[in-house]
Amino acid sequence: MLTIRNLEKDYGGVPVLERISLDIKEGCFCGIVGPSGCGKSTFLRILLGQEAPSRGELLLDGVPLPNEPSTERGIVFQRYSVFPHLTARENLLLAHDFEGSPFLGRAFGTRRREAERMADQLLDRTGLDPARDRYPAQLSGGMQQRLAIAQALMKRPRMLLLDEPFGALDPGVRLEMHDLLLELWREHGMTVFMVTHDISEAFKLSTRVLTFDKVRTDPQFPDAYGATVTYDLSVDGTAFPDNIEKDDPNAEAG
Amino acid sequence: MRLINQKVSRPAGFLLAAIPFAIVIIAYVSASGARLAVNPSDKLLPSFASMAEAFWRMATQPDRRSGSLLLWADTAASLARLALGIGISALLALLLGVPIGLIPKIRGLLNAFIATFSLIPPITVLPILFIAVGLGEASKIALIIIGTAPVMTRAIALAVSELPVELLVKAQTLGASTWQIILRVVLPQIWPKLVVAIRLGLVPAWIFLISAEAIASTEGLGYRIFLVRRYLAMDVILPYVAWITLIAFLLDRALMLSSRRFFRWAHLGGGGL
Repeated sequence: MLTIRNLEKDYGGVPVLERISLDIKEGCFCGIVGPSGCGKSTFLRILLGQEAPSRGELLLDGVPLPNEPSTERGIVFQRYSVFPHLTARENLLLAHDFEGSPFLGRAFGTRRREAERMADQLLDRTGLDPARDRYPAQLSGGMQQRLAIAQALMKRPRMLLLDEPFGALDPGVRLEMHDLLLELWREHGMTVFMVTHDISEAFKLSTRVLTFDKVRTDPQFPDAYGATVTYDLSVDGTAFPDNIEKDDPNAEAG
Repeated sequence: MRLINQKVSRPAGFLLAAIPFAIVIIAYVSASGARLAVNPSDKLLPSFASMAEAFWRMATQPDRRSGSLLLWADTAASLARLALGIGISALLALLLGVPIGLIPKIRGLLNAFIATFSLIPPITVLPILFIAVGLGEASKIALIIIGTAPVMTRAIALAVSELPVELLVKAQTLGASTWQIILRVVLPQIWPKLVVAIRLGLVPAWIFLISAEAIASTEGLGYRIFLVRRYLAMDVILPYVAWITLIAFLLDRALMLSSRRFFRWAHLGGGGL
């Protein structure tokens, strides 16, 4: 479904990501882990279209993805994912408002009722029904993230991107969120990319784990090389060796 | 207990707040009393009774020459200028500030220009305005706009550029166009910031209003103060200053309360001015 070919990203000549080539199957749950500053969030932003790759291609079903955010890619950030000036329910209705009216930005009539039905269903599904008319500032951190996920699902995106979505939550709340996310993933069948720095979380949720790290280092010039995918593991323990370049000695060692 | 840990209860807070006011009033009354005891026709520090009398005369007795109630005529004229000036400034701040804060090309086009324009001391433009548009209402309103619009525009542009980029990206993943982002994401979140910009803009707006009225006008609060100054009529000037202060205070409160009422979501975090 998603093909990444020789993707590279550098900022002002300093490489951040290099030599990334992956094939992602439809419905895959991809965990992305790695140390801080290894470019995993940059990778996610490129998948999202928030940033353009310096070189290489990003193809969805063989068609290049646009270099700006689009409706086939939903996103949940760690913070600021929902709109503070809208209630929980209005947050969910927003996507259909955009679709319904290019000039007024409000949906009316049957489209409105369809959106309301879908929003109420998702509110119910995510346990937010009692909080439907509250503003995000009146919701707990876990509820805000549930709302953010529900909002991202309103457009039924083919890819759902999550940037450390549960990083700011309590451990107990995080476990609930894991269950909810897995259920929604199975129900909607979308492809999920989740950046996390919690390795156990990645292995618990994912069907495939991508590990980012810098494999080549030059002691005289630490900025000479960027990070790449060092391990590409299926969660049943088998690796995806095709995705790791054979001429990389460190990858062989891994 | 350390001073920084000593909390103030509510009644004690009111009492504390009243102390500076009481001191100023007591000081004034005693100084005025002392001067009037020496010279009953002293004009410099009139008694509260004579000020109240003068204020009452301005508010209730028609002026012999024009036949109007001067206080209300002055207040209406000044408030109309202020409202028109600050209203146009707010509109300009929205029309310019939102695109500057949101759209890189428009920021590139206008940012440096507005920053430069806002450095012109507005009062130096007043003679130009008098020459260009005459001594009528237009020049006074234009002075208020020139004095407040650039800073308000910059405040709005700053507020827009400080919106979390996450929200703009999220809106795009929900299918929003630039116009829809402005309409449904940026503007609703900017309204409370615009109210703050208006409240801050009102401070210089009053200064420019009074200055313009002092120089060329036939009615208005600023005109009246500078007119009666010629007769050392402190019994009119002081109540007028208090009256202007009261109006400014009430305007500020009304704006703050309306923001709380209409943009409830923006005040949920507590605090705020």
